[in-house]
Amino acid sequence: MKKLLILSGKGGTGKTTTAAAFIRFADARAFADCDVDAPNLHLVTQRQAAPQTYDYLGSQKAVINPDTCLGCGQCAKACRFEAIHKAGGVYTVNEYACEGCGVCAYVCPNGSAALTDDVAGQVMLYAENSTFVTAELKMGRGNSGKLVSEVKSRLAQNAHDADLAIIDGSPGIGCPVIASMSGVDMVLIVTEPSVSGISDMQRILQTAAVFRTKTAVCVNKYDQSPEHTDRIIRFCKQENIPFTGRIPYDSQASAAINAGRSLADVDCPASRALKAVYQETMKLLNEVNA
Amino acid sequence: MIIAIPLDETKQDVCVSFGRAPYYLFRNTDTNTDEILTNAAAQAQGGAGIKAAQFVVDQHADTLLTIRCGENASEVLLAAKICIYKAQKGSAADNLKAYDEGKLEKLESFHPGFHGAV
Amino acid sequence: MKIAVLSGKGGTGKTFVSVNLTAVAPHATYIDCDAEEPNGHLFFKPEQTQQTEVYTMIPTFDGTKCNGCRKCVDFCRFNALAFVQGKPKVFPDVCHACGGCALVCPTGAVAEEKRGIGVVSEGLSDGIPVISGILNTGEISAVPVIRAALRAGNGENTVIDSPPGSGCSVMEAVSGADYCLLVAEPTAFGFHNFRMVHKLVSLLHKPFGVVINKTNGVYAPLEEFCANHHTPILLRISYDAKIAEIAARGDIAVTLNPAFAQMFTSLWERIQEEATA
Repeated sequence: MKKLLILSGKGGTGKTTTAAAFIRFADARAFADCDVDAPNLHLVTQRQAAPQTYDYLGSQKAVINPDTCLGCGQCAKACRFEAIHKAGGVYTVNEYACEGCGVCAYVCPNGSAALTDDVAGQVMLYAENSTFVTAELKMGRGNSGKLVSEVKSRLAQNAHDADLAIIDGSPGIGCPVIASMSGVDMVLIVTEPSVSGISDMQRILQTAAVFRTKTAVCVNKYDQSPEHTDRIIRFCKQENIPFTGRIPYDSQASAAINAGRSLADVDCPASRALKAVYQETMKLLNEVNA
Repeated sequence: MIIAIPLDETKQDVCVSFGRAPYYLFRNTDTNTDEILTNAAAQAQGGAGIKAAQFVVDQHADTLLTIRCGENASEVLLAAKICIYKAQKGSAADNLKAYDEGKLEKLESFHPGFHGAV
Repeated sequence: MKIAVLSGKGGTGKTFVSVNLTAVAPHATYIDCDAEEPNGHLFFKPEQTQQTEVYTMIPTFDGTKCNGCRKCVDFCRFNALAFVQGKPKVFPDVCHACGGCALVCPTGAVAEEKRGIGVVSEGLSDGIPVISGILNTGEISAVPVIRAALRAGNGENTVIDSPPGSGCSVMEAVSGADYCLLVAEPTAFGFHNFRMVHKLVSLLHKPFGVVINKTNGVYAPLEEFCANHHTPILLRISYDAKIAEIAARGDIAVTLNPAFAQMFTSLWERIQEEATA
């Protein structure tokens, strides 16, 4: 199964819009949303049945029993993450800041502080004639890399006979992005022609370079700044990065997405341009050795 | 000597992941015995490669046959003087045979950390 | 007053709103907490910049004191330690710098040393202090960099440009805010992610209001949601290709367009009213 990952660096450039269209152009039988912090792909993929849902257990988190807490404060003093504070004479853990290191449990004189299982999110598997996996990380949770890997491994387990998988990634360069990159055959970076878009594209390229995965770039909303579009194209040429095309800003695109349809299902300038980008990208993907 | 191989759910084929392989086969070539143990690192939130490597070291393996291996895990294995060979997709038995016949190459290239991914 | 600007979905205009708001606000400092992809500095182009390294503490092991008990390796919940050649070894990229190994060591064999994970860059742009948290590529957690960036700001007013999403980085960025401004995009994707940050700020009991950016008519689901939750919409900014172009160039719209400057000044005043109500 060949895996294509769609990333951007900067948020809002059009990853999910691109992924959704590619899925339809390719009639892909396997696809996943690895943007576990803010998943959107499910909003433009038509599903009939409800998914199977699995709890995702993240790192354990510390919990302090208020009935036995002595109020000595050793836990708060030892916590490096400022996750413990006093409230009403006893100490309590901020579940959003706790990293589950276990130091508070170690220093607590009477076992009031202990680590417990924490459901950090959910994985949803839709397995009808195509396999779609998505997930949502509970708010404030870190360690999204492991959840991303759950999504990918459910996809691999359930879609083993698909020959192409399209993965919608997340913005940024941190652990969910790094986790999504492992084992993919190609990364397509969707960028936008602005100083922010270019700066973020460079940072994501740096991150991807470590994995030595084949990477290509395309520009969305290119007519918002032809000057910056040219800059991106020149940069790609300079760095020997394949450029797979450009898509114009198109208000009809937004209308389609808002109606829950991918751009492959409408005919407008953006969808036509996206189809061309899709064809160029697939050509490159097919050249990658298994 | 003891040869370690990461196994997938089938308990027969080599797992594509080193750190998160569900099982490990340890073959003792002196006594000609095999032991299949559960890999505790498979469930780790992070640092799975390091934990799996520690596991392999603690089982006194001398040689490891694996399809891939991360940079962190390789540091642990190489510090413990374990020889790492590149396994081929397929059964552990076929890989052990290939190793015996000198057909496997040393694994020289290690991938960067996956930060929680497989 | 500390105002955190967040959005849920990326690309809605957090930086656009943060930068322009800072530019019209009195005595305001801009802090870029999107440490993975900081962009505010591209607009402010700060001068006289100073970089301060942000570091975590990583354990070091004294082989002469180590008795091989492996309590440190067993304690580490992140599997950042291995025991080879008679000594523990730490893997800095996996270590969370919790200090646990040093605590459990019975012989005092564990000390700590600094490891750089990013920088906080501080400068001035036309008298406006501009602070950016920048995470080194390859590092997994921006939280310590965000914390350091927030600590560096101590003006009368602060605008905090937060990261996208609703994960731990966002929580850290908004933790000290007096008021939260949610920048929403009137689209299906934007609305879906907006609901996540709406939940986040409600959970944190922060007073908050909404700016709807890039409007093109009325997006009913978002308007209805805000009405039903009694969430004030402080400003609606129409999509304008000219403003998009200004932003694409890295220019600050309020400095070039008086109507825009007035819009953001009114937004500032509205925030003051809402926050002190």
